Order: sequence, then C-alpha cells, then structure tokens
Amino acid sequence: MEVINNIFVIIRDVIAVMLGFFLPPTLVEAIIAVLVISVFLGFMTVNVMMQVWAERKTIAYMQDRFGPNRVGPFGLMQSVADAVKLLTKEDIIPTHADKWVFRLGPIIVVSTALMVYGVMPFGDGMVIADLNIGILFAISIASIGTIGFLMSGWSSNNKYALLGAMRAVAQMVSYEIPLVLSIIGVVMLVGSLQMSEIVKAQSGLWFVIWQPLGFVIFFIAGLAEINRTPFDMVEADSEIVAGYFIEYSGMRFAVFYLAEYMSAFASAAIAVTLFFGGWQGPLLPPYIWFLLKVWLIFFVMIWIRATLPRVRVDQLMGFAWKVLIPLALLNIFLTGAILQPWYQGLVQGLAK
Amino acid sequence: MSELILASKNSALDAKIDTERITLNVGPQHPSTHGVLRVILTLDGEIVIDAEVVLGYLHRGFEKLCEEGTYTQNISLTDRLDYFNSMNNNWAYVKAVEMMMDIEVPERAEYLRVIMSELQRIVSHLACTGFFVSDLGAAHTPLLYAFREREEILDLFEMVCGARMTYNYFRIGGLANDIHDGWIPRLKAFLQRLPSKIDELEALITGNEVILARAKGVGVLSPEMAISFSTAGPVIRASGVPFDLRRDVPYSLYPRFDFKVITGKNGDIFDRYYVRVQEMRESIRIIEQALEQLPDGPIRIPFPLNVRPPAGEALSRIEGPKGEMGFYIVSDGTSISPYRVHQRPPCFIHLGVLRDLVIGWKVADVIATLASLDPIMGEVDR
Repeated sequence: MEVINNIFVIIRDVIAVMLGFFLPPTLVEAIIAVLVISVFLGFMTVNVMMQVWAERKTIAYMQDRFGPNRVGPFGLMQSVADAVKLLTKEDIIPTHADKWVFRLGPIIVVSTALMVYGVMPFGDGMVIADLNIGILFAISIASIGTIGFLMSGWSSNNKYALLGAMRAVAQMVSYEIPLVLSIIGVVMLVGSLQMSEIVKAQSGLWFVIWQPLGFVIFFIAGLAEINRTPFDMVEADSEIVAGYFIEYSGMRFAVFYLAEYMSAFASAAIAVTLFFGGWQGPLLPPYIWFLLKVWLIFFVMIWIRATLPRVRVDQLMGFAWKVLIPLALLNIFLTGAILQPWYQGLVQGLAK
Repeated sequence: MSELILASKNSALDAKIDTERITLNVGPQHPSTHGVLRVILTLDGEIVIDAEVVLGYLHRGFEKLCEEGTYTQNISLTDRLDYFNSMNNNWAYVKAVEMMMDIEVPERAEYLRVIMSELQRIVSHLACTGFFVSDLGAAHTPLLYAFREREEILDLFEMVCGARMTYNYFRIGGLANDIHDGWIPRLKAFLQRLPSKIDELEALITGNEVILARAKGVGVLSPEMAISFSTAGPVIRASGVPFDLRRDVPYSLYPRFDFKVITGKNGDIFDRYYVRVQEMRESIRIIEQALEQLPDGPIRIPFPLNVRPPAGEALSRIEGPKGEMGFYIVSDGTSISPYRVHQRPPCFIHLGVLRDLVIGWKVADVIATLASLDPIMGEVDR
C-alpha cells in the first residue's frame, strides 16, 4: 500500500540513486528535474485533452445531445484529432501584426499556466518544487499570463483583439485583489505559505469548513481569473468574436486553448489544495484523491458554463470592487478575530 | 438627446482624458448579427458613441422578382423572406390576393390557417428566445432547449406540407392540402407537453441573476418612440402599448378565440423576452380552441392555376410573430403577374430603433439589444 501511495516518488528516487553511481550529484539533479518536468508535461497535455472531451461531452448531455461520438470510443479521440488538425493547419501571422510580440504572446500565456503547477502538491512529496512561498508563487505567476493576453491582443492589430486584451487587463486588475485576499484567511490559519504545509494542516478538518466565505470568493474570483463563463468577456464569442486570439490559427491557437484549460485545472487544483484537504483522503492513493477532487471542481465549472450567460464587463468589475473585496476583508477580519487568544480562551471557557 | 446620455455616462470625456475613438465594424460576418447585418460602431473604449446599421448584404430583389412570377408562384418566394415565419408570410401574401379578388375562404381552411400561424409564432419566439440568450453569452443551452421544441413543430409542419423550412402551404382560396388523420392527435400531445417545456426554458432564463443584470433596464424603448418608429408586435407590446392586430384589427377567425394581449412595462430587453414567452402560452391557448372548433369541409375553393385579379390594389395586414406584417399588391387587371408587390417588413422597421437604443451603452449591450429586436435578415434585405 505504502509503495502504491508513493509510487512516483519512489521511481524518481530509484532513478536518482542509479544515476548517482556514475554521474556527479548536480548533473543527477538536473536530469531528474528534466525528467520530472517532461513526465509532467506529458500528463498535462493528455489531461487537457481529457478536459476538453469531458467539457464537450458534459455540456452536450446537459443540452440533450450526444457530443463528440465519431472518433474513437465515446469520441474519446476527438481531442487528439483536433490537435492533429490544428498542428497541420497553416500558421498565419497578419501582415500588419507586430510579429515578435505576436509570437511571444502564446508562449508567455502557456508557460505561466504551466509554471503554476511547479508548486502544486499532487501527493505526499509529489511536488516539483516545494517552495516556502508556494501559494504566493502560484498566484503571482498566474497573473503574469495577463501580459501574454495583452501582448497577443495588442500585436494582432485587430480591434476585437484589442478590446479583448483591454478587457483581460481590466478584469485582472479587479479580480487579483479579492483572489489574494480570500487566500489570506487560509494562510493565517496555517501560518505558512508552503503548499505542503497547507495540505498537512488540513489532516483534520478541511479549510472549506473554517473558511466557507473564503472559498466562495476564491472560486468566483478564480473563474474570473481564468476567463470562464460567466466571466469570459475576454473571449466573448458573441460580442468580440474571440477576443485577444481572434487572429491566431493553427498551433498558436491550440496553445491558447491548452493554456486556458491548464489554468482552469490549476485554479481548481489550488482550490483543492487550499480548501479541500489537497491530496488527503482514505483508502485511495493520494494522487488519485487529488485528481478526483480537482476534476469534481472542474465539473462544477463546466456545469456553470452550461447554465449561465456572460455578465457585462463593467458589472463584473463593480461586483469585484463593491462585493467581493469587502467580503474578503470581512473574512480576514473574522479569521483574525477567531485566532485571537482571548477568543480561544472564551471558547475553551464555554466548553468547560 | 444622445449628447445628454453621453455626458452622463462617459467618464473618460468628463475627466478630459485625451482618448481616441475607434470604429468597429460588427458584421456582416459576425456570430451574433443574425445573418449578414452590419453595424458600424464608433466606440470610446467600450462605450458606444454612434451606431450605423448597414443593410443590403442579403438583397435578392424579392419585390421585383414578384413582378415576374405569377400570383401563385410568388407564394413560394414569400417563404424565403423571414424563414422562421414562412406560414405567416404565405398568409399575408395570399390574403392580399384574396382581398383583391374578393374570395371567401372555406371555414376549415381558415381554422387550419390560424393553427399554422400560431404554431409558426411559437417557432419564431422559441428561436428568438434561444438566440437571445446565446447572444448574451450562454453556452447555447437555452438555444438547444428551444430548438428541441421547435423540432417537434417542424415535424408537424413536415407532416402537412412535406417541408421543414419553406412550406409553401397556403394557396389563393385555401390551403395546398388537408391534414391527415394522425396529425391532430400528435399536435394535441405536443401541446400538452409544451407548457412544461416552456417552464423549463423559463427556469433557465427568467429568474437568472446574470440575465436580469444584463437585460433589465437595458435598451429601453419608450412607448412614444415605439409608436413613432411604427414598431409592432412584441417590441411595441413590451413597451406597454397594447397593440395587437389579432384583437384591434380583427382578421380571419380571431374574434372567435379568447386570448390575452401580453404587454410589458419597461420596454427593456427583458420585457421583450418576457412578452415573447407569454405569447407562446397564449398561442397554445388559441390553437387548443381552434382544434376544438375545427369543422369538416373543403380546404380550398376550386381555383385555376393562374389567376388574373381585376385592376386595383390591396393591402393585407396580419399579426406576424415579429410584428405587423402585410403585403401591398397592385394588379393591372391584364397580367397573371402582379404589377407591383411591396412587403411591410417588421424586422426592417425594428432595426431602425437600434441606433437610438444602444448609444451610450456598452458593446455587449448592442448585441443583446439587437437580439431582443429579433431581426431576420431574409426579411430585412428582401
């Protein structure tokens, strides 16, 4: 049981020990890092394909239709077919686009989306880099992706793309604040920014019990952060057609898609780590528990997408500044009050 | 008027920041312009300063084509005007010709005409509601719910005339063919199901916080403006003007039926949506009454293929799903083709209000307002 629970960590350590026989330690570390990241990249790509398939299939069933069912069993290979198609498509760069910025945009977007996973604990010790500022790193890296949106929108030399990019920036400015504020409650309870510490602190009760308000704010702000319905004004297909990536085609377009689903998954993963006990759970191996919980949250995101239309850009910002930020501050205040020694004494006194 | 709105809503102008206006070409190829409508928006950031509607991308010369075809052939041309509303197009055209020739249509045919017209109204309103919510950015769930019901009505239409979109079912002096035995039970079963399906659709839309935030108070059409722009149908009724040709200028058998004229209060996007949903329920009532009273008899008076109406002119008016629609036909008395045909297109007239409704609002509201006016380009451009 112990072996299955830690199978990936054990494999990594075995390879490291075997390489250590004939290579210097620094090189071993480098090789292991590259190995871990490649395995992880492969996993994330397949995972995104599964996400796309699951989203299309779920929404289809919610809408009384079948969804993709031609390619492979249950249409499972549909995403593969789409990826192959996008890879073989012509890669168009508009004549009047700023070529280098245009090319750089998707790279920044996808790499920041990937870097968030660097601190994500998939299991006990199953983390690429267990930084002591883990959650801060994840949030700050995720917000850099907005620069990628702005770059691709601005460089496309298209008015729809420009509008989309401007919306992305406006949205980021309003939503980053409640997002960070909602996390502070958890950080106060744990006393650490390290992801593994946050998970371990939830071995008893999940923080969603202690921080329900924090979770709700985090989830809503997270939806806005990753541009998903009902806050998908950045790409708003019925208004500004596709927003910042309207001029992209072929693989660059696919990369935007990849980044979008990876950030959705990352947002769900952070929510799980902070509020739902991370990888902890009985019987099943920790990585299975982690993926189960993350997929469950992702399913809620799909569900919301199938149900709600889009809010308007100014309404979204009004909601962030007038509702979410005051609520997040209230949450911090309440958490702080509960952590006060006199309050603890009062609770213990009442218990006696 | 528009300057006043701008002054109050445009913070960038208030703060005297040097901003550059951008001209945004929405359409003719755009996912939410309902076909090939083109709107040239002048924007200050997201705020609309000016909107110019450009038409004509789907112009087929319908009115001129009618002068070439015979009176009977033209019926099939009217199918293609507002393709969500072919039955009513047929009816309005046929009615004008019948008025010119003074023809009395058999009673059974009149009843069937009412039934088809009301079914078509449900189809049109379902489609409009579905597209409206999709244009607000939903992942097409309400659209597919609406189209699921529309599908059943299309099946019913297919059973009577063999076509699902362009019916060509009406004839001068009656209908093309009678309904067959299985049709009425199937229609009745469908009518039993439909109210609960409309409830389902409403559950997704009417109480939805996001929809209320997007649609309440946006795109308000005042009653005075609605009248002066000669809007009709759900658009004018949503503004609180109880104008319905079926009641106010009764035609066909409508005086025999009991139905309510639905009106809104505020004339905003939400009211226009809500009036349509309520009208679907009224249409169900009308069909049920018509089915009860449906007599036996001929469905068409014997008639030659080519008619030659006496010289003169006629103007028909009926209440289509989009609004008052009608045909103005002139005959010179010698030809088997009309001398002149003109349609009153409600969609075209409703597009006239668009500019005044969207100035000062955001880009997203332009799309929502446009969807609530329900233009079908086949009719706008003719």
